[in-house]
Amino acid sequence: MSAAVVTGGDPDRRQPTEQADTGVELAGIGLPSPVLTASGCAAAGRELDAFFDITELGAIVTKSIMLKPRAGRATPRMSETPSGMLNSIGLQGPGIDAFIENDLAWLNERGARTIVSIAGETVEEYGRLAAKLRSSGGFDAIEVNISCPNVADRGQVFACRAESAAQVVQTVRRSSDSRIPIFAKLSPDVTDIVEIADAVIRAGATGLSLINTLLGLVIDTTTMRPTLAGTTGGLSGPAIRPVALRCVWQVHQAFPTIPIIGMGGIRSGRDALEFLLAGATAVSVGTAVFHDPSAPRRIHTELAREVRARGFDRVQDVIGFAHRADDRDVPSPASAQHATPAPQETSSLEDWDFITE
Amino acid sequence: MVQQIKSEVLDNRRVGDYHVLSLTAPGIAESAQPGHFVTIAMGGEESSMVLRRAFAIHQVASRGVYGGTLDIAISVAGTGTEWLARRRRHDVLNVVGPLGQPFSLPKQGVSCVLVGGGYGSAPMFILAQALRERGCRVDMIIGASTEDRLFGVLELKRLASALTITTDDGSSGVRGTVTDVLDNVLQRAGADVVYACGPMPMLSEVARISTKQRVYSECAVEEAMACGIGVCMTCVLPVIGADGATRMVRSCVEGPVFRGDRVRWRDINTIPADAIGAPDSGGES
Repeated sequence: MSAAVVTGGDPDRRQPTEQADTGVELAGIGLPSPVLTASGCAAAGRELDAFFDITELGAIVTKSIMLKPRAGRATPRMSETPSGMLNSIGLQGPGIDAFIENDLAWLNERGARTIVSIAGETVEEYGRLAAKLRSSGGFDAIEVNISCPNVADRGQVFACRAESAAQVVQTVRRSSDSRIPIFAKLSPDVTDIVEIADAVIRAGATGLSLINTLLGLVIDTTTMRPTLAGTTGGLSGPAIRPVALRCVWQVHQAFPTIPIIGMGGIRSGRDALEFLLAGATAVSVGTAVFHDPSAPRRIHTELAREVRARGFDRVQDVIGFAHRADDRDVPSPASAQHATPAPQETSSLEDWDFITE
Repeated sequence: MVQQIKSEVLDNRRVGDYHVLSLTAPGIAESAQPGHFVTIAMGGEESSMVLRRAFAIHQVASRGVYGGTLDIAISVAGTGTEWLARRRRHDVLNVVGPLGQPFSLPKQGVSCVLVGGGYGSAPMFILAQALRERGCRVDMIIGASTEDRLFGVLELKRLASALTITTDDGSSGVRGTVTDVLDNVLQRAGADVVYACGPMPMLSEVARISTKQRVYSECAVEEAMACGIGVCMTCVLPVIGADGATRMVRSCVEGPVFRGDRVRWRDINTIPADAIGAPDSGGES
């Protein structure tokens, strides 16, 4: 039983048997929760802080920041699709200097753990971004977005080729403090994601963020033209979850010691659990925030209960569990001390008093 | 203070071509101001519709045991609004609000002209009430393609000092559009302020006419949104700031109400070349 859950006099925290210890270690960083925001779906955390305490999450992964201010693509930028959405924002943002001065400063003041996502148009730009971050400090890790599909030239999607992906990661690695973990965010739109993963790991990536959106298209049948001003866009949401999960599975199988942040259509604790079982150490919640602004906090709580309901005391212990060779190690529901189905409601104060007696 | 609540449907009634939903909204109704909006999740927790829909707050009330309640007007335009229009009493919805920047209200009792296109007249009800409480004269213009697409004619007649109605087909009021009659109404009312809500082309024209007549205007825009809370950057439009620079700003948090003379109406759906961060602006600023 996790001490973190049973201690404390605050009645709200008295949920002794329901939640597993949610702490995980991601590339050497201790996180109180494996649940993070997803880049581009939480801005820099400030807006979501109105809905829940963002410091309770594992970390805020900020929207990809570029060297200069950027207006992004023309509108329409979004189209809802079955169990998903297509977006073509085009990396609108204030540029790295204003980001460090305003957003990163706010996150630090707020006490939120922060993974800064960076995006460049050239390899050199990624290096300059990393250098600026090195000077500023005040963050926990870098996510290198080499896979944004919303750029004018598909040849610019660094993550589509092993060589260019590795060049970017190597440059960021060299320009960064060696203690700062670097996560390379990969695209599923490749023939073999394991090959790209191999290249960026060799180039110095500490871990991988899997996956970015899939390139998609919607046509408006009234105007009989593409719906998005940018023609194509990135597909996200539950529609892509099995693709994302497959990528996490394949990469974890090939590189079992490399930490993975899994993402793609997660909107419940059970969805998050799938990613951990496939080998992700942490998960990012993205499009679900648009449906439910409280989703990251809710998913954190649901995950803790789902893990506990399966007889595990610690979320850490389910990472990669779906890859096990046989079932000898599965906690048997009959013998596991606390293996009851996840209660739908939190226990009442009376239940707690009874248990402590 | 923005809230996310489970809201109960109290009533669903037809008004012309529209539906009006009354919802329990404790914590939202009390702090709602004219021009604020709410977002509602579509289709339940396992819905295939991942995006919330935004609705201007039409009315607020305090109803005894329910506490604060609010009304929204719905125009059925797709799968989401079709689903919402089928909700019945006691159904539960996930509601977030109040969101956005409301209309600003004059300190003195000035002359105001309110312009609503289609169900764009819905947010004008609480605006008209607030203005009248401040001793303002309220003239109103509402227009739609046909009589059935007008929203709230009878109640607006009571709320406004004078109500002008236009329809494209002449089935009610003046044949034409709200902007055809705006010049005359502004002069007749000696207008100091214009408030407008409706489709973008209408707002563009209202802002142009108001600015030409040197009348201050505020427009509530209808941009497609994904999140409604400022994180997704979907609902941007080019707006000129106090410093004279054009930025692509989010209509959900910096709007939906903008000064009519600050929005670059003709450049909507584009990135103006001189906007901060535009591809050919050099990006330095």
